[in-house]
Amino acid sequence: MSGAPRRQYTNPVIRWIEYRLPIFSTVEATIGADMPTPKNLNYWWSFGGLLTLALVIQIVTGIVLAMHYIAHGSMAFDSVEHIMRNVNSGWLIRYVHANGASLFFLAVYVHIARGMYYGSYKYPREILWMLGVVIFLIMMATAFMGYVLPWGQMSFWAATVITNLFSAIPVIGEEITTWLWGGFSVDSPTLTRFYSLHYLLPFAIFGVTILHIWALHVHGPNNPTGIDVKGPQDTIPYKPYYTSKYLSVFSAFMMVLAVLVFFEPNYLGHPDNYKPADPLQTPAHIVPEWYFLPFYAILRAIPDKLLGVIAMFGSILVWFILPWLDTSRVRSGRYRPLFKQFFWLLVIDFLVLMWCGAQPAEGPALIVARIATAYYFLHFIVILPLVGWFERPKPLPESISTSVLGSGAAAPKAAE
Amino acid sequence: MATTADGKGGHGHASRRDILMVAATGAAAVGAAYAAWPLINSMNPSADVLALASTEVDLAPIQEGQSITVQWRGKPVFVRHRTKDEIAKAAADDKAGLPDVQADAARVKKAEWLILVGVCTHLGCIPLGQKATEGRGDFGGWFCPCHGSHYDTSGRIRKGPAPRNLEVPQYTFLDDKRIRIG
Repeated sequence: MSGAPRRQYTNPVIRWIEYRLPIFSTVEATIGADMPTPKNLNYWWSFGGLLTLALVIQIVTGIVLAMHYIAHGSMAFDSVEHIMRNVNSGWLIRYVHANGASLFFLAVYVHIARGMYYGSYKYPREILWMLGVVIFLIMMATAFMGYVLPWGQMSFWAATVITNLFSAIPVIGEEITTWLWGGFSVDSPTLTRFYSLHYLLPFAIFGVTILHIWALHVHGPNNPTGIDVKGPQDTIPYKPYYTSKYLSVFSAFMMVLAVLVFFEPNYLGHPDNYKPADPLQTPAHIVPEWYFLPFYAILRAIPDKLLGVIAMFGSILVWFILPWLDTSRVRSGRYRPLFKQFFWLLVIDFLVLMWCGAQPAEGPALIVARIATAYYFLHFIVILPLVGWFERPKPLPESISTSVLGSGAAAPKAAE
Repeated sequence: MATTADGKGGHGHASRRDILMVAATGAAAVGAAYAAWPLINSMNPSADVLALASTEVDLAPIQEGQSITVQWRGKPVFVRHRTKDEIAKAAADDKAGLPDVQADAARVKKAEWLILVGVCTHLGCIPLGQKATEGRGDFGGWFCPCHGSHYDTSGRIRKGPAPRNLEVPQYTFLDDKRIRIG
């Protein structure tokens, strides 16, 4: 960790490089491989590492797909079919990329929910949390632009609807959308720039992820009790204990991915995207990918165009101030009986919004979406600050060690 | 002169070095903005896209009650040959409490020809109603299936989330049976 004296390396080659470019010690000090880690991390803590793996899978498969894909309005759709039918293993690489994106979002939602439940955003990890929100926003932009690239009907109309969100900006909205499109409607210039950005943004995610891990290493990870590490009796080395735990989670992830890719590769997709983009025909029912449905529901729940757009972006931006909205000094939801119930209500609310986003925006589904949207904001802006004031938390354990081993655990000091 | 050796300027007076610093930084910022502009502007519509900015339409084959869709700047344009009923209905609704108030007469050059950009003013979907087989919504004009906006026989928004009436593009009658859009 920071402030520790830099290590002397025994390998002469490393020593030679280190003397001229201190890269090994710098990597170790910021995102280094080994660190004392709370001994009670459960499986929910594996999702951070899993997300890194998912990002690497997306980048590697994406680079290969880019070698075969053509970002032009008249050729994009056919080039994707070319990948599916002609390119060696093209179908495999594309299905891994498409389903990998879905699992990436599944993992990131679990990761965010874990952070919310165990209060991982609280002092002193606020910046760590905010960097995570930045990563999530870039992820959304990347996924959206990637979905446009196959240039099917859903791609085209998703691009149209989402870029039209910017026309809600007062005064300069029209100019901004024309600039985003590079024309007077979504067309080839739009596709090409989305392709450029879709290639760029994952590397931005990679960069912010390094900052995220760096911030993690300054104070170490939070843990299910939410109390700080008090000494070596509370920790175990990262290697091999947590690396082996990760490996089992990685395997499970790969199995789920394999089931999707090999048995139901289009389960999460939309059949309309196998029709080429047609600027003169809107599909009867436009829906985004499942991972955007809750935010799409919030957008449609508000009858005013500009306010709808503000609410949709606001529903994520509110996470930036979460560390200050939660007034409780107890981190972990495990010791917060009232908060715990509201947390699960929020999870249910999010799933309800997800269901609403897939329904046509009328009738009972619209009313449900409005109630769920109101509750979503109520949770963050009203309930969370109040619960911190009124709740009486359960007593915290003395230390991580006693919470794991019971009260008689003070004796075996070293876990190493 | 209140200049000090460290260039900070004593007693709240700006030193010559401060002024040079501000001037140089300012000039660099202006230079950076100038350098950035071509990059930003390159994303605006290119010359070939702008060159496609007008379309001519022959109205002769369109029967009364019929609509056709032509493409202009990549967008659909609805050309509807309105019936007497539709014109009367549109004029009668001028005072019907419209969300975006506009008289039917201000939206057409010749009452029987209604020319509109066929893009919903909500989030850019294409409303249904061009074909006789498609639903035309509660007001006999167009209906946008994406988020449920209803337009009347003048293309005005009557119900749903769209904020504005369907846009009327710039067009001119070249003669009785031909128009140029754009």
